[in-house]
Amino acid sequence: MTATPVLDTVEVASRTPDQKQPYAELGLKDDEFAAITAVLGRRPTQTELAMYSIMWSEHCSYKSSKVHLRQFADLPKGDRLLVGMGENAGVVDVGEGLAVTFKVESHNHPSYVEPYQGAATGIGGIVRDILTMGARPVLVMDPLRFGDADHPDTRRVLPGIVAGIGGYGNCLGLPNIGGEVVFDPSYQGNPLVNALCLGVMPTDRIQLSAARGVGNVVLLLGAKTGRDGIGGVSVLASASFDEDGPARRPSVQVGDPFTEKLLIEACLEMYDAKLVAGIQDLGGAGLTCALTETAAAGRSGMRAHLERVPLREASMEPHEVLASESQERMLAIVTPEDLPAVLAIAEKWGVLATAIGEVVEGDRLVITWHDEVVVDVPPASLADDGPVYERPMARPADLDALNSAALPAFPSVEDLRELVLRMVASPNLCSRRWVVEQYDRIVLGDTVLAWPEDAGVVRLSEKTGLGVALATDGNGRYTRLDPHDGAMLALVEAYRNVAATGAVPIAVTNCLNFGSPEDPEVMWQFAEATRGLAHGCRTLGLPVTGGNVSFYNSTADVAINPTPVIGVLGLFDDVARRTPMGFQEQGESVLLLGDTAEELGGSEWAWAEHRHLGGRPPAVDLERERVLGEVLVAGSRDGMLSSAHDLSDGGLAQALVESSLSGGIGARIVLPTGMSPFVQLFSESAGRAVVTVPRSEELRFTEMCAARGLPCVRIGVTDGTALAVQDVLELPLDELREAHEGTLPRLFG
Amino acid sequence: MTARIGVVTFPGSLDDRDAQRAIRLAGGEPVALWHGDHDLQGVDAVVLPGGFSYGDYLRAGAIARFAPAMASVIEQAGRGLPVLGICNGFQVLCESGLLPGALTRNVELHFVNRDQRLVVESTASPWTSAFEPGQEIVIPVKNGEGNYVASTEVLDALEGEGRVIARYLGRNPNGSARDIAGIRNERGNVVGVMPHPEHAVESLIGTAGTDGLGFFSGLVTTLVAA
Repeated sequence: MTATPVLDTVEVASRTPDQKQPYAELGLKDDEFAAITAVLGRRPTQTELAMYSIMWSEHCSYKSSKVHLRQFADLPKGDRLLVGMGENAGVVDVGEGLAVTFKVESHNHPSYVEPYQGAATGIGGIVRDILTMGARPVLVMDPLRFGDADHPDTRRVLPGIVAGIGGYGNCLGLPNIGGEVVFDPSYQGNPLVNALCLGVMPTDRIQLSAARGVGNVVLLLGAKTGRDGIGGVSVLASASFDEDGPARRPSVQVGDPFTEKLLIEACLEMYDAKLVAGIQDLGGAGLTCALTETAAAGRSGMRAHLERVPLREASMEPHEVLASESQERMLAIVTPEDLPAVLAIAEKWGVLATAIGEVVEGDRLVITWHDEVVVDVPPASLADDGPVYERPMARPADLDALNSAALPAFPSVEDLRELVLRMVASPNLCSRRWVVEQYDRIVLGDTVLAWPEDAGVVRLSEKTGLGVALATDGNGRYTRLDPHDGAMLALVEAYRNVAATGAVPIAVTNCLNFGSPEDPEVMWQFAEATRGLAHGCRTLGLPVTGGNVSFYNSTADVAINPTPVIGVLGLFDDVARRTPMGFQEQGESVLLLGDTAEELGGSEWAWAEHRHLGGRPPAVDLERERVLGEVLVAGSRDGMLSSAHDLSDGGLAQALVESSLSGGIGARIVLPTGMSPFVQLFSESAGRAVVTVPRSEELRFTEMCAARGLPCVRIGVTDGTALAVQDVLELPLDELREAHEGTLPRLFG
Repeated sequence: MTARIGVVTFPGSLDDRDAQRAIRLAGGEPVALWHGDHDLQGVDAVVLPGGFSYGDYLRAGAIARFAPAMASVIEQAGRGLPVLGICNGFQVLCESGLLPGALTRNVELHFVNRDQRLVVESTASPWTSAFEPGQEIVIPVKNGEGNYVASTEVLDALEGEGRVIARYLGRNPNGSARDIAGIRNERGNVVGVMPHPEHAVESLIGTAGTDGLGFFSGLVTTLVAA
């Protein structure tokens, strides 16, 4: 028989100041533990220690990134930002009395340990962030990165992650309208699973997290609390993987999308009836985070009776209840008068609702366990006043060598036909159909554009056609070669993708995936990337509405390529004028917008053909991107464009192939003289797009480009069922399609 | 008169609002029905929408079939009320015994969402009366458990009695027996279909076109003429 452990109450802690505590094992440094003791004026209880270790972890406190993220908060807000960084997600006014909120987050480590559940709960978590703001979630997107496509472990990880995203998102009824699938060995032991969600709400329905009003009830909604995900934050997200990564399975949460669907409908009904005074989702750090953040945001005192929390396992201890990351839970603050109505809605949807505490006088969060005080803390000390570090930084020692590495020899013209076939079949450029067909892209009936389009487009108003476009982009190779410019390249690519559909870019979100912040070279990459992103956003006039930092993406001390994933939101006054990427009609003029230079450093060609990563990434010209964006939007507004496709990975060749295959219409291309066909086809110069215009609109369009100083060259005409480049190659679309579509089914089907 | 067409929302229904929109675009008046109510509000027809009722954690449709609203649907279907079950709704109809057979896991074991070519066969139902027999249409398919199975006798009977309303053309997306995409009951008032006609009702939305609208406009025309 084991002895019942003595509950470590506040009273016990005060009596036993010298008791040893396992703070180091929980990831806290000596000085951090000393700071906790100073805040409390005594040693923390076991439960308090667990709470501090979670809330002061990198994942929750942003202690290494905070000093760099301030640049985003300092950006001009513009006139659309209703809620900025700091809340669960930023809120943007889109007119017609509507607002949207959107955010991208990472669920990288759990998805490596348990691909299906890790990815599924990544969707669940970001959806609750959006729901928390008062919005109905209306779409998701998934930027994904994996190790080498043909590596055996990728065969374990990728199918599970894709099935998990589909399994959860499909069951919630959220269309998955785009994302990315990228393969690179730097993600071999550390795949990136980022998830984006966007929601829409009437502007007067915005919800905030603050708990205010003495006597208000603290209500836990949704699933019961179990032992899943305990330590997820501190153990998983804030430490690098050792070789024994998959042994950490108990720390991964298990998702129940059906419960989340009911939670969504119940919460929305409560918001509409104005029954909720404050609300916060339970995600990383579970109840600990929700209680401390709502109390801190409201500058309120709070009492919580932990034994009232419905448990899956009766034997759970208080610190486990507080640390559990069980999914599908929300914490609502409700007035006593509204409580019956809230409980009735919860019952209608079959959602468990339990009053676990109340807002009280004062400024302490007091948590009891069967009437014994186990936590008595100032909530802001956990939520807001965590440690802040200015980590040492160092430019990577190998960067000069990387930047000066010579490119492999360029192929000759005779080899280009076979090269195009190989490139469109290569893992990073091949069709993503095998992945996206596992996602519901049409549910809710408002999907105007989805994969393989440049950006997803969703209608928000059936009456007016008001809608949004969204694209996410990121190129870890570019960022490895130059973190500052690489981050800007990710931004301008997403910006260009949104503009290509005809939407006006209005706001930015980001998910910054990096290695260990304790590595000065990683910290330098992070600082450079945030500086580049902030500079890009400032120049393009885009506010950053929120985001997420994911550090410790490394395995056995080898960091991933730094991978800022940037999401750009665009706005349509009428989605009926969207521009698709595929050729629409025979006999239309094919125009290349922008300048092509010999820029193949970090290119897909160098990587796919030669496993070469070196040189400089393409140059960024923010003013050019802005003008190009304006031209693409104006072309859509005035009905001049039949199609538009941005040029990025794989260059002009890839864009022409995708536009041809999308509409089943080929093209006859004549490349301008003066530069080698190979460079023209495969350079990845930024600030470019391929558009088609009807002959009747060509003059008007080219004159508009000339007036705005945007280079515009007619490079051919849509024609037939083959892609032909004069004197270079001719490829029937059927042959291209077979090459393009076959790769992923062969690897994973 | 306006045809009033009910759409039942179960816990976990996802395409209920899409079905309501399709009804509206077809000239009908959508009426939201709740799974917990016996009262069908005197509607002229009922749609059981797609989704994951009760999470599909048990067999798809196996729990929804016991909802109070379903008791009324089963009773009134027996008296000729037009009922269309789409995807999860088709699964509910099979579980409730209004249609024979069952829908099981796709043979490739993945959820699959793509625009699907179909050939309409039986038009002897208000739900398919807008089509010509043999007409080719494109409608999105999206399911994880859409593999229609039934005994050889049932399959032979369905074919012999002309009760297959549509078959998959080209690649069979889920392994369904004899490429069956949808069936009807003897009387023709109850139809189950695995692809989603409510997702092919506007040229602006999705990539499949507007062929799905016929399922709803055919019904509205039949009801208004009656």
